[in-house]
Amino acid sequence: MTETQAEISAEIAAISKEYDSAGVAETAVRRDYPPYRSSILRHPTKAAKQVDPEGLELWAPVFGQRDVDPLEADLTIQHSGEPLGERMVVTGRVTDGEGRPVRHQLVEIWQANGGGRYIHQRDQHPAPLDPNFTGMGRCLTDADGFYRFTTIKPGPYPWRNHRNAWRPAHIHFSLFGHEFTQRLVTQMYFPGDPLFALDPIYQAIVDPAARARLLATYDHDLTTPEWATGYRWDIVLTGSHRTPTEEDVEQ
Amino acid sequence: MSRTPTPGQTVGPFFHYALPYDGDAELVPPTRADAIRLHGRVYDGAGDPVPDALVEIWQTGPDGVVPQVAGSLVRDGYTFTGFGRAATDRTGHYQFTTLRPGGATPYFAVTVFARGLLDRLFTRAYLPGAAPAELASLAAEADDRGFVFDIRLQGENETVFLTYAQD
Repeated sequence: MTETQAEISAEIAAISKEYDSAGVAETAVRRDYPPYRSSILRHPTKAAKQVDPEGLELWAPVFGQRDVDPLEADLTIQHSGEPLGERMVVTGRVTDGEGRPVRHQLVEIWQANGGGRYIHQRDQHPAPLDPNFTGMGRCLTDADGFYRFTTIKPGPYPWRNHRNAWRPAHIHFSLFGHEFTQRLVTQMYFPGDPLFALDPIYQAIVDPAARARLLATYDHDLTTPEWATGYRWDIVLTGSHRTPTEEDVEQ
Repeated sequence: MSRTPTPGQTVGPFFHYALPYDGDAELVPPTRADAIRLHGRVYDGAGDPVPDALVEIWQTGPDGVVPQVAGSLVRDGYTFTGFGRAATDRTGHYQFTTLRPGGATPYFAVTVFARGLLDRLFTRAYLPGAAPAELASLAAEADDRGFVFDIRLQGENETVFLTYAQD
């Protein structure tokens, strides 16, 4: 961990410049992104082999009421007291690549507390743990593909990619579609974070428009008086391979 | 109308208190007579085990049918849901207790996540003899109680990862 932020930022800028001059639009995150040091030995070097999804991969696991307690969508009521920080609601719609809602499917989130500390033994950041906040939630999308969580706005936190490295505030999201091929794990960010330009994980999405797809928007109509601020973030999974059924296309 | 997918991001180092759950890797109880084990190690490009990876499987039952039943998060010990999740341990090892997949070309569909891995990876672990020629390297090996399938993220013998053709 000898590199400075300036050195990492220079690497980020060089890759960005190379991307701009290549003129080929990318929509996904790069797995090979050396400024994120941990990616160096953990990305495949060969191109993925393209296959036709078979019967199994055209279906996804099913989750139901039995799997998820509705209370798990509120991360602020998991302990006896109120967690510290900015209470917020985050909601949005999960659709597939054709714009069809992903109904009744599992969404999992996890995040740092308001002080930027994860309740994880490997997080040694000397910010306080909050005895009233675990930072993990689950819900099922509704019949229109909407998810909704009540939580605390996470703080930014330091990590050890390089000296004085800080991650922009984010919430981790884990999503299933209606097909195995649509599985997605990603992170949601907050608008205007000053750490965006410095963060090699966010910048590993080299296209600015693609990066912007991870930004929630503040929505005052979602904010509730004297209770919680509101953020909206929609998620698009990859296209569907299955022939749409009547249930899929209705709505 | 086609929409551009939301990009992925790494699962990060702190998923252990969120994604694993009781019974995640036991699709069936290990005491069941027809229970088998699918296990292996995840390695990085230096050949070192990856202790902070997460492996998920999705499979048919022995009858070859794709399960479409709830209950993966709260296992009742009887319902086979076809889905499992296993975090690797300190030695990069993962293991599932499950049933043998069926069908014409039986395999486990596998998803891999890890700190340092910016986007999930898909692959397949075929039962011995089931892999088509072009995916021959994706054959699991039989052992005394099931199958072994190691995952190499990079380097010599890098696992063949898959992408799915769009129409």
